[in-house]
Amino acid sequence: MALAGALSRIARAGDVIALKGDLGTGKTVFARAFIRALCGAETEVPSPTFTLVQIYDLDDEETLHHFDLYRLEDPEEALELDIDDAFADGISLIEWPERLGSYLPRQHLEIALSYGGSQKQRSCLISATAEWDQRLAEVSL
Amino acid sequence: MIVLGIETSCDETAAAVVTDTGEILAETVLSQLDEHRPYGGVVPEVAARAHLEHIDRLVGETMSKAGTGFDQLEAVAATGGPGLIGGVIVGVMTAKAIAVAQKLPFIAINHLEGHALSARLEATNRVEFPYLLLLVSGGHCQLLSVEGPGHYKRLGTTIDDALGEAFDKTAKMLGLGYPGGPAVEAAAKHGEASRFALPRPMKGRPGCDFSFSGLKTAVRHAAMALPEGPFEERDIADLCAGFQAAAGDVLADRTAHAIDRFLQEHDKCNALVIAGGVAANQSIRQRLQKLADKQAIPLVAPPASLCTDNAAMIAWAAIERITASGPGAAEDGLDFRPRPRWPLDPDAPSAAFAGAKA
Repeated sequence: MALAGALSRIARAGDVIALKGDLGTGKTVFARAFIRALCGAETEVPSPTFTLVQIYDLDDEETLHHFDLYRLEDPEEALELDIDDAFADGISLIEWPERLGSYLPRQHLEIALSYGGSQKQRSCLISATAEWDQRLAEVSL
Repeated sequence: MIVLGIETSCDETAAAVVTDTGEILAETVLSQLDEHRPYGGVVPEVAARAHLEHIDRLVGETMSKAGTGFDQLEAVAATGGPGLIGGVIVGVMTAKAIAVAQKLPFIAINHLEGHALSARLEATNRVEFPYLLLLVSGGHCQLLSVEGPGHYKRLGTTIDDALGEAFDKTAKMLGLGYPGGPAVEAAAKHGEASRFALPRPMKGRPGCDFSFSGLKTAVRHAAMALPEGPFEERDIADLCAGFQAAAGDVLADRTAHAIDRFLQEHDKCNALVIAGGVAANQSIRQRLQKLADKQAIPLVAPPASLCTDNAAMIAWAAIERITASGPGAAEDGLDFRPRPRWPLDPDAPSAAFAGAKA
């Protein structure tokens, strides 16, 4: 979860972070660590599966949107969640970004989590567009 | 006293007309409506627009079914949060508009408060304060000490997934479809709970908080360890039974802790009330019944229609508030802002310690 902390330091308004991975690979654990790194270690971070999105206030009127699109059946439904405003106004963490189809912004950082060798291990594959590369270098990723 | 209640905080669009004697004059929940439903099946009302399309007709229909005129109402209440904000705004604005047009008080109700007080709606079975509430649904998993209208103390909450969510995800992993709760319960009926050793997260630890994310993951690991190919019916049954037993054990353990804490502050516990969609699960209910019997506390579960999201409990919570403090003090200003997060007990210590292992 050090990774989530490091990424939280370089994230800024307008960023979209797509969290991929099967059930139980740790998407929400990652999101929780990321949100707590920004909003304080005591922040309660409930799973957004049911409410689809949880919104957190950051400093300077910025917001952090934690989406879980697991229950969506049609990418169009995401538009109803004002997902485009969220992308514009702050940082967006998106679980199940596949559900967004073509509405996922081209500029985004993808974190793909999968099961590692043992039950306790997880592997993580980060893919990013060029704009992210320099920032990732800052935190030695 | 007659109050109109509106609930739009998640998937259901609902309206109800309720009296202060606890009589539900009329109640409409969109996901149960047969007429006017072009979709088929339960539609997740994720969209504010979906609520918006139906709310006017729904309110009108409910009022005429109740045979009540707007001039007979004492107040209009709507869920003011917590929930999906777009939906909440639709309900709140509708209620405010009616309040202004009909010169009625507008009352914003916390969705969790609605659940907390629903056990008092039925006049025949009214639970007296104080009591302990276990709210287990797709979106919430909390233990609350209910001391009176507006007086709640959160004893515990989930630090990750709600139990209903874990049920849904277990069902999905095993290919059982949605909604997952009833599917898992049906599959578990003929299963052997002891075949798979599933964890009991938090069991035995101090406090009353829950965690279900690890249980969900353990179900997945057990499922992946099975031979390749489609799941055997036997395997599904055993896994579901194992999951349900683990969930029941955890609920019972955490609730037992909550009863202890409750009794430290109150002379007696008038009831253990279970509400939320998961309260409909018979196996879970039996497990809690056993605990309640042991502690000599009555277990009370409101009828299923009041356990899941509904508008009657919103109207009822408003009635409780008016009864307790008078219509003037119960009223919310028209400047009330819908709240996506709205803890029932703002003083509750944060349940954040799970992050320590993350």
